[in-house]
Amino acid sequence: MIYAKLFLVFLKIGAVSFGGGYGMISLIRESVLEYGWLTEEKFLDFIAVSESTPGPLAVNMATFIGASQAGIGGALVATLGVVLPSFAVLLVVSAVLGNILKYAGVKAVLGGIRPAVTAMILSTAVLMAAPLFFGADSVYGEFSFKWKNVAVFAAVAALWLFFKIVLRRNIPPVLLIIFSAAAGIAVYSL
Amino acid sequence: MDKFKDILKLFLISLKIGLFTFGGGYGMLALIEHEFTEKRNYLSAEEFADMVAIAESTPGPIAINAATYTGYKRAGFFGALAATLGVCIPSFIIIFVISLFFNAFLSYKIVQYAFRGVQACVIFLILYTGVKTFIKLKKTPFGIAVMCVTFACMTLLGLFAVDFSSVFYILISGAAGLFVYLAGLVAARIKRGKK
Repeated sequence: MIYAKLFLVFLKIGAVSFGGGYGMISLIRESVLEYGWLTEEKFLDFIAVSESTPGPLAVNMATFIGASQAGIGGALVATLGVVLPSFAVLLVVSAVLGNILKYAGVKAVLGGIRPAVTAMILSTAVLMAAPLFFGADSVYGEFSFKWKNVAVFAAVAALWLFFKIVLRRNIPPVLLIIFSAAAGIAVYSL
Repeated sequence: MDKFKDILKLFLISLKIGLFTFGGGYGMLALIEHEFTEKRNYLSAEEFADMVAIAESTPGPIAINAATYTGYKRAGFFGALAATLGVCIPSFIIIFVISLFFNAFLSYKIVQYAFRGVQACVIFLILYTGVKTFIKLKKTPFGIAVMCVTFACMTLLGLFAVDFSSVFYILISGAAGLFVYLAGLVAARIKRGKK
């Protein structure tokens, strides 16, 4: 039953993920790969679309993945799943507990979770870069250097640095995505 | 009737926030501050700062946490519901419409090329977010240790194709944080006992 599965998977993701959209990326990636909902490349496409449209990344991803698997019903249950734990927890926090950070125990737990989530985001970047740049998603795969993808990555990094150092501002992610789309068309049409 | 008006207003403001923020939670917090603190005084500056800390420290999307909290403070349960729905509805509709055309759109060669470029960019965005999160992190020896161990485990297990859910990293590291804190308390008590 695809609806129940989508709902439960996103309920779990909503309940245990910390640090917002990108903190959820590793959990969402594992689930979509495990159930064969998306390929690694399609998953990256979905992130790009979610990042370039308004709204919270996690909600966009849930809607998109749900819709891709089971249409409007899938989109509804996946979105509901990812939002429900947040909503319930925050209701309890704002109604009963007040500022939870005044409890030393909560701070201690978060002191463990925050560095772990940071590591999860960095590690996910490495794990996703492996197939895209080297053609193999594990050490057992066949290694092939994808210089075109690496070239686009380098161009994106260069543009980011240019904005940071010369213009002294952060370039909005949407602009980086548009630029990389143009760069992709350029290197792959060669 | 006044309460109903309040809730309707919350819903409309949240709808606007959901429609005009890009890039998720943090972009949204800026708009929430503008709408709820600067323009309307629904939350004081201090309450807003508390709200951000709470939204970051609870599970789930930061924007949803922030909307639920703010909505509840203003108008109770239905306020929370109205604000959360308001933030979600624009994304839901936009993404759903895109999903209807996405596969057809991807069948064009030029779009495929564009998305291959975009995939490399997304790797950059994830890496960049990771580094930014690292810079903001309070760097205690315990925190650095948790980070290094998690990174090493997850990367190695991933590259060697061993199945291990990330959920466990969150649960284990949270438990480790609590354990270190409690061990510190016990150690301090023993020390005091000896004196």
